Amino acid sequence: MDLRFTAEELAFRDEVRTFFRSALPESIRDKLVANKGLAKDDIVTWQRILNTKGWAVANWPAEWGGTGWTPVQQYMFQEELQLTPAPQPLGFGVTMVGPVMIAFGSEEQKKRYLPRIANLDDWWCQGFSEPGAGSDLASLRTSAKRDGDHYVVNGQKTWTTLAQHADWIFCLVRTDPEAKKQEGISFLLIDMKTPGITVRPIVTIDGGREVNEVFFDDVEVPTENLVGEENKGWDYAKYLLGRERTSIARVGFSKERIRRIKEVAATERAGDKPLIEDERFREKLAAVEVELKALEMTQLRVVAAERNRVGNKPDPASSILKIKGSEIQQATTELLLEIVGPYAMPYQPEHDEEERWNEPPIGPEWAGPIAPTYFNTRKVSIYGGTNEIQKNIIAKAILGL
Amino acid sequence: MDFDLSEEQRLLKESLDRLIGDRYGFEQRKTYGQAPEGWSRELWAQYAELGLLGLPFAEEYGGSAGGPVETMIAMESFGRALALEPFLATVVLGGGFLRHGGTAEQCAALLPKIVDGSLTFAFAQTERHSRYDLADISTTAMRDGVAWVLDGEKGVVLHGDTATKLIVTARIGGGRRDRDGVALFIVDSNAAGVSRRGYPTQDGLRAAEITLAGVRVGPEGVLGEPGEGLPLVERVVDEAIAALCAEAVGAMAAMHELTVDYLKTRRQFGREIGSFQILQHRAVDMLIALEQARSMAMFATMMASEEDAVERRNTLSAAKVQIGRSSRLIGQQAVQLHGGIGMTMEYKVGHYFKRVTMIDTMFGDADHHLRELARRGRSPAAG
Repeated sequence: MDLRFTAEELAFRDEVRTFFRSALPESIRDKLVANKGLAKDDIVTWQRILNTKGWAVANWPAEWGGTGWTPVQQYMFQEELQLTPAPQPLGFGVTMVGPVMIAFGSEEQKKRYLPRIANLDDWWCQGFSEPGAGSDLASLRTSAKRDGDHYVVNGQKTWTTLAQHADWIFCLVRTDPEAKKQEGISFLLIDMKTPGITVRPIVTIDGGREVNEVFFDDVEVPTENLVGEENKGWDYAKYLLGRERTSIARVGFSKERIRRIKEVAATERAGDKPLIEDERFREKLAAVEVELKALEMTQLRVVAAERNRVGNKPDPASSILKIKGSEIQQATTELLLEIVGPYAMPYQPEHDEEERWNEPPIGPEWAGPIAPTYFNTRKVSIYGGTNEIQKNIIAKAILGL
Repeated sequence: MDFDLSEEQRLLKESLDRLIGDRYGFEQRKTYGQAPEGWSRELWAQYAELGLLGLPFAEEYGGSAGGPVETMIAMESFGRALALEPFLATVVLGGGFLRHGGTAEQCAALLPKIVDGSLTFAFAQTERHSRYDLADISTTAMRDGVAWVLDGEKGVVLHGDTATKLIVTARIGGGRRDRDGVALFIVDSNAAGVSRRGYPTQDGLRAAEITLAGVRVGPEGVLGEPGEGLPLVERVVDEAIAALCAEAVGAMAAMHELTVDYLKTRRQFGREIGSFQILQHRAVDMLIALEQARSMAMFATMMASEEDAVERRNTLSAAKVQIGRSSRLIGQQAVQLHGGIGMTMEYKVGHYFKRVTMIDTMFGDADHHLRELARRGRSPAAG
């Protein structure tokens, strides 16, 4: 047992850190530090910088442009992205549909889509949830009926993140209404420009426009856009959801948040001293830091176990990453909200590209995005399988209950 | 980076688990606890035979020159066993003081006797008013020629009733809570002027209130530089905290297993109670607390021998916070999920609950260490 990184690993981390610091446009970093929303261009610009470096799809097999890094290196890459902070390569392509295509897609699909995912020439979004299929995802009803060389898709997807930017959507659709609910589902790639698709924004409680409803009205999709076999889509979705076990904890992200908390808590006063010197505040902050340190070690245990892992069976420790990681992210936003105090109140939607607040800031210049970030971050214990669903999974898969 | 045990460490763990499995059943433990010492001399001899009592000591003293990982393995097994023997007091604390502060003569005289099981130690540190402040000492040591004379009262000295030697903290100068002026002494527990009142502790171990009245200690009993003892105390206490974290993880893991098994076997309303979602989620909350605690116990183990005292103290404080909080959740819920049977003396789970609760009160509880982290203003995650 030796929990230190090797000299080679540390050198790798320095290389990544140095590159991120020099290559990331400052305007993008500033937005992330201040919890302001990123424009589509910011994300595309950064992913293309990474792609030029050969790092946009670090997690893929070398054959498709991946790096062949060890699990520790992959972990360090993610951690450094979050610490810088820099945008993640767009997950819908890089960690979701890309790996599914690599594992189950046809050669034509891989050749056609993968390079465009890497360079973010195509923006992908995820069509899984429906109004009637949230936690019970397998009860989804969007239908795809085969008609010669195409499917006709009808139905509605929801909570579709950044669909407003998307060129393509990967969807779970019901191809066999008679089969048991998990067995009649297929995985379909759909061009967002196809006639019959309507995207309608859903404004979230922070005022943000991240998520959308996507309606399908007799949308014709070529059969060649089916991934793998018909009615095997549920297996592919499970494969997709089982990946990226380690980055979901977002330890680096929370570390950067805590750095930010200390920075702003030093500028706000509580009585005759800065808030950062208030005992009660310090204890609350220390408690979050302890939890975060424990989570970091838990994450490292999972990373270290990757090389011994057989098949797709998750490490028991990995199961806690999502739950604990989301709780800590939420706790950091609570601390920020506490720091800003009464100036949490003014609504200044500067975090939103499309509805930018163009007036002088009210209160501290950094205050505007704090309350919206707190409200918005409630989502992290809901998306990707609610924390309650995660607990159901752990109870069944790990505890055998 | 590697969380795996080496081949030798794996063998150590296997032989320990075998011994515990054979010799530390719940009923057997009850018998050991009824001995006058409150623990088993016979098992102590077996520990010596297996080399457990020499784990952290250099080979010249008969030890196997292991490190914090070996101690962690042993303590986790002892936590599962709810072991009663004075391993922490003798090997980790007594042995730790000798390793880090003893002269070559002291080590040569005493360590081989720890290794062969003939000598046990206790750390006489706490006083009635000191709570968790290691510098808060009012026991005095006055110089008398080449000897020292100790006066004062020590409390809650774990295994102080049976130890052959005591490590005593005393003040040769400075105010009651000053960092300077602390000295350490190795005192024969049957020396003139030492009186001990032994008693059982909540968790089935034993401790003592100890009075020192004009106890003379010769130069061979002076540990380290008199007046500059506090860093040595902190160093050894940090190793003990790491060891306690591992013990607590062993106890928590055992409690969690017992609870999950119970959920699978206990039937009410015509079904296993483990089929109820609210109880499933409770068991998952316990698992999360356990894994977080295990992670921090490993981190504490890694940092227990760190030379940078600030880094080391911060890490051990963070670990103690996590272990304290996880222990409370797991202990309380283990009893709750067992229902009435969890409340009984005749069932094992309550004994684990009591042990982890008492571990929280040793060398600083979760709130104490959280305050320390907040006061020092940096915790390891900030690094």
